[in-house]
Amino acid sequence: MAEQAISPKNKKILESSGPVGQNATIGSRLFDIFNYVFLTLVAFTTILPFIYIIGASFATEYEIATRPMFIIPQDATINAYRYIFSSNKILRGFGNSLFITAAGTAINLFFTVTMAYAISKPRLRGRNFFLNLVIFSMFFSGGMIPGYIVVANILNLKNTYWSVLLPGAISAYNMMIVKNFFQGIPQELEESASIDGCTDIGVLLRIVLPLSLPVLATFGLFYAVGHWNAYFSAMIYMTGAKEKWPLQVLLRELIIMSNGTAGDMTNMDPEFVQPPEQSIKMAVIVVSTVPIMCVYPFLQKYFVKGVMVGALKG
Amino acid sequence: MSTKAAERRKMHGTGKMYWRRLGADIKRDKWLYLLLLPGLVYFIVFKYLPMFGIVIAFENYVPFSGVLGSEWVGLKWFQYFFKFPAWTTYLVNTLILSLMNIIFYFPAPIILALMLNEMRSLRYKKLLQTLLYVPHFISIVIVVSITFVMFGPSGIVYKGTELLLGHPINYMGSPDTFRWMIIGQTIWKETGWGTIIFLAALTNVDTQLYEAAMVDGAGRLRRLWHITLPAIRSTIVLMLILRMGSVLDTGYDHLILMANPLNRKVSQTLDVFVYQQGIQSGQFSYASAIGLMKSIVSVTLVVSSNKIAHLLGEQGLY
Repeated sequence: MAEQAISPKNKKILESSGPVGQNATIGSRLFDIFNYVFLTLVAFTTILPFIYIIGASFATEYEIATRPMFIIPQDATINAYRYIFSSNKILRGFGNSLFITAAGTAINLFFTVTMAYAISKPRLRGRNFFLNLVIFSMFFSGGMIPGYIVVANILNLKNTYWSVLLPGAISAYNMMIVKNFFQGIPQELEESASIDGCTDIGVLLRIVLPLSLPVLATFGLFYAVGHWNAYFSAMIYMTGAKEKWPLQVLLRELIIMSNGTAGDMTNMDPEFVQPPEQSIKMAVIVVSTVPIMCVYPFLQKYFVKGVMVGALKG
Repeated sequence: MSTKAAERRKMHGTGKMYWRRLGADIKRDKWLYLLLLPGLVYFIVFKYLPMFGIVIAFENYVPFSGVLGSEWVGLKWFQYFFKFPAWTTYLVNTLILSLMNIIFYFPAPIILALMLNEMRSLRYKKLLQTLLYVPHFISIVIVVSITFVMFGPSGIVYKGTELLLGHPINYMGSPDTFRWMIIGQTIWKETGWGTIIFLAALTNVDTQLYEAAMVDGAGRLRRLWHITLPAIRSTIVLMLILRMGSVLDTGYDHLILMANPLNRKVSQTLDVFVYQQGIQSGQFSYASAIGLMKSIVSVTLVVSSNKIAHLLGEQGLY
């Protein structure tokens, strides 16, 4: 198509023919070619690191050290994975991450749904006050240190799972979107249920929640990805409970701090002081990324819609 | 209007009536209030308690004495910071990183969105978007880890540079490369995701405008300049205002992963300072004071850049 456009005769035909040929000048065609090539390269750069890491995680240490560049290893081995799955530390980290993600998401959804439902009812006395309370907190925050003091010194949650589960229990932003969704459910449905003797909690459980499953799935996924990826609160609150560390904190210790350039060696574990082999590092990265990749197709299905809704109503 | 007023009268009533009605309403909605309770407690404990906790910036906070029992020292910590000779280093490092972020990262999603918008094949565009959004969902720890295994001494990029230039570049442990690594990571991770808001703004453009321009003989570049860009101008201004508000935020979760003694000179920003003083050294009051100063500057910047946007005839943030 592109070469054809260069010859003047074809150019004329293209210009006169339907939507494809609109303004198909040489400049325009060249721009199209450049656009396709450039964007393809950008997308390629985006995923190249993943492909490299996956490839190298199957390579032998010798190959990584001697061959300067490769994507597909010459002699593939699963030694790195064998090591990971025999290491108690990493398996426990994986388990902790799974637990924190599951429990955290359940807490998120419970807190978000209950508050969003109550606040979605115009008849609720004090509703405006509660709404403003939430909105104000979206613009102002106490900052890192006062938040830390509340969790660590006032509630005394250090070294417990609660310290990573509770502080982010509600995202005000998500809660407002769920609230808006609840408001869009026809009131007649809920009224007929309450005439039949349902309490508000009954209406929420039997009428509203079954209608909101796609919304709950969306926000559940968002919360879950957030928990899986979080490291900061676990790092600052669980300094004395390594057995509860999620994968991300372990990863920081294993790869970033063992690099010899790290300054903060106070939390170092003697087991990791010896830098681990490259292929093992790669394999740990793969293992901690796989769960995200598994839910990515579902995420992708929802997130654009979620962002749009947020942009319009948030 | 009159119905609204009547409703208000009905809702609030007067004197005794009001309280009786309030009691009746609360009784009627008792289950709703029960549902509200967990969320309300959450916001009070984890959002509002820390806001009141800012007072420790003016105290000599000792955990044992508590927030209310600690000694009041006024502006001591603020003066202490400005007497500390290196405070300008922290400020300069913060500003340089922020400025580089605005110059190199901020336009990236806009350019990418415009290019995606020019794609003719919708199916290919979708495929590219699918790939471009992936890094946003990867944790920053993994992004930094990937950087370490690729740019570190036994990594593929390190060796590649050695082959190409004849000498290696110490990407991960040098003050010269630190800022570029941070900006590069940010661009790699967030550019794709950042396009969404601009692409959303672009879908609102009336296609008739393009057709009319084409009839008038406007080429592709002129359509881009006169139709597409003006269509997303207010979104760009909005994003820039929001960005201005966080000009002193360099993101501690990213920076403390990349900071090490070798790049100390340039990696020490205000956020890193707050983290080191507050969480690592337990100087809670000192760190809160710096954090508070940062927030005050942020609010001032958002308000003033919003004003500038109004002066330029844009809608702005509010």
